[in-house]
Amino acid sequence: MKLDTAKLLQKRKKQILELWMKNQLVDFSLREDLMSNEELTVQSEELVNILLQSLNNGNLEDVQSASFEPLYEVLETISRSRAKMGYSPRETGTFVFSLKDALLNVLQQEFKNDPVLLLEESLKVSKLIDSLGIVTFETFIKGREEVILRQTDEIAEISTPVIRVWDGIVALPIIGTLDSSRTQVVMENLLQEIVATSSSIAILDISGVPAVDSLVAQHLIKTVSATRLMGAECIISGIRPEIAQTVVHLGIDLSGIVTKATLASALRYAFSLLQLEVRKLNLKTNQL
Amino acid sequence: MDKIPILKIGHFLMVAIQVDLYDRLALSLESDLVQAVSKTGAKGVLIDISSVSIVDSFMGRILGNIAGMSKVLDAETVIVGMQPAVAITLVELGLPLKGVQTALNVEKGMELLQKKIQFTEEEEIDDDSTLQ
Repeated sequence: MKLDTAKLLQKRKKQILELWMKNQLVDFSLREDLMSNEELTVQSEELVNILLQSLNNGNLEDVQSASFEPLYEVLETISRSRAKMGYSPRETGTFVFSLKDALLNVLQQEFKNDPVLLLEESLKVSKLIDSLGIVTFETFIKGREEVILRQTDEIAEISTPVIRVWDGIVALPIIGTLDSSRTQVVMENLLQEIVATSSSIAILDISGVPAVDSLVAQHLIKTVSATRLMGAECIISGIRPEIAQTVVHLGIDLSGIVTKATLASALRYAFSLLQLEVRKLNLKTNQL
Repeated sequence: MDKIPILKIGHFLMVAIQVDLYDRLALSLESDLVQAVSKTGAKGVLIDISSVSIVDSFMGRILGNIAGMSKVLDAETVIVGMQPAVAITLVELGLPLKGVQTALNVEKGMELLQKKIQFTEEEEIDDDSTLQ
C-alpha cells in the first residue's frame, strides 16, 4: 500500500508541482522582491524530487528513518538560504505547508472511491509535511543561535583590549563582570601582549567592573601573580570608593599588590618606575 | 644522561633550559647549580626558561628550591622569559614563586642582577670592585 502511494505520487509529480506552484503564487506570503518565480520553481522542484525519492526508498510510517535524511538536508539548505535572503520563518513555513495542500489534492483525486484509504494516506502525508515544517523552524532557530553565539564570542573578544600606553607600559581596562572564563581570557591576552611588546609594567584598570567580591578579587590576584612571574610589574587602578569598602569588609588582602585610584596615578607611578617624568614645556627657552 | 650546561658570565651563572625538564634532570640541575654557585662564588644566577612550554608542580618547586638555596649561598636568582601559559599554570597550581625574581628576557634579567649586585657591592665596599 505504501509503495502504491509512493508510485502514484511519482507518476503525478508534474501535477503536484503545478498545483504547489499555483498555491504558492496565489498565497499572500509570496515574496517576489526576494526571489523570482523561476528560482522559486527550481527550488520547489528540487524539494519535490527529493521528497518523492525519499518516499520511494523509505517508509511513510517512520518519518525519522535514515531514508529521509537527504530530504531533511535539502530542506535545511533551502531554509537556511531563505533565512539569509530575509524570508521570515512564517513565509518559509507557508512555503513548506502549501506543499501539503498540493499532495492532499492529488491523493483526493486518486482515492476518490476509497475514503478509508484516503484518510489513512492523508494522515501519513500530513505527518511527513508537519515534520518537514518543524525542520525548517529548527534550522531557522539554529541559524539565529549561531549568530548569537558568534556575537557573544565577539563581545568577549573585544571586551579585553590590551592598550599600549607607553613604551614598556600596557594597560587593560576591564569592563563588565569578571568571571572565571573571562579572567582566563584577560590573563592570556595580557600576558601575550606583555611578551609581544616586552613591556615591564601592566596596568589593570577595573573602573568598569561593577562589583568586586572575593571571587573577583581572587581572579585579580591570580592575574597579578601571573604577570609577576613573567617578570612584569602589575598595577591595579580605577578602584572606586565602594569597591575599596567591600574589599576591606570582605577581608581581602591586597597588600602585596600596587593599587591606585585612577589610571592617571597608575601611569604616573609606572613612569616613576621607568625613571621617566612628564614635564611642561617651557616655551620661552624651547628652541623649537 | 642529559646535562644542562651552566655558563659562567662574570659574576653570574647562566642556565638556559632548552629541553623538557624531566624530574631527574631537574634534580641534577638543582645539585649542579648549587655546587657551581659555591665553587665560583657567583653573585647571581640567571635561569632562562623561555623554551619551556610545560611545567608541573615539581618543576615549580625545583625552581623555588634553587632560588632558596642560592639565597643561602648569597646569590640572587632571576628567572627570565617565562611563557604566558607557564605563568598561568603556575598560578593555577598555587605556586606564585614568592621570593623568586623574574624578568621578561635575559637582557632585562642581567640588568636586574647587576643592579642588585651593585647595591650589595656599595654596601660592602670590598676589594672586588672591578664589576662593570
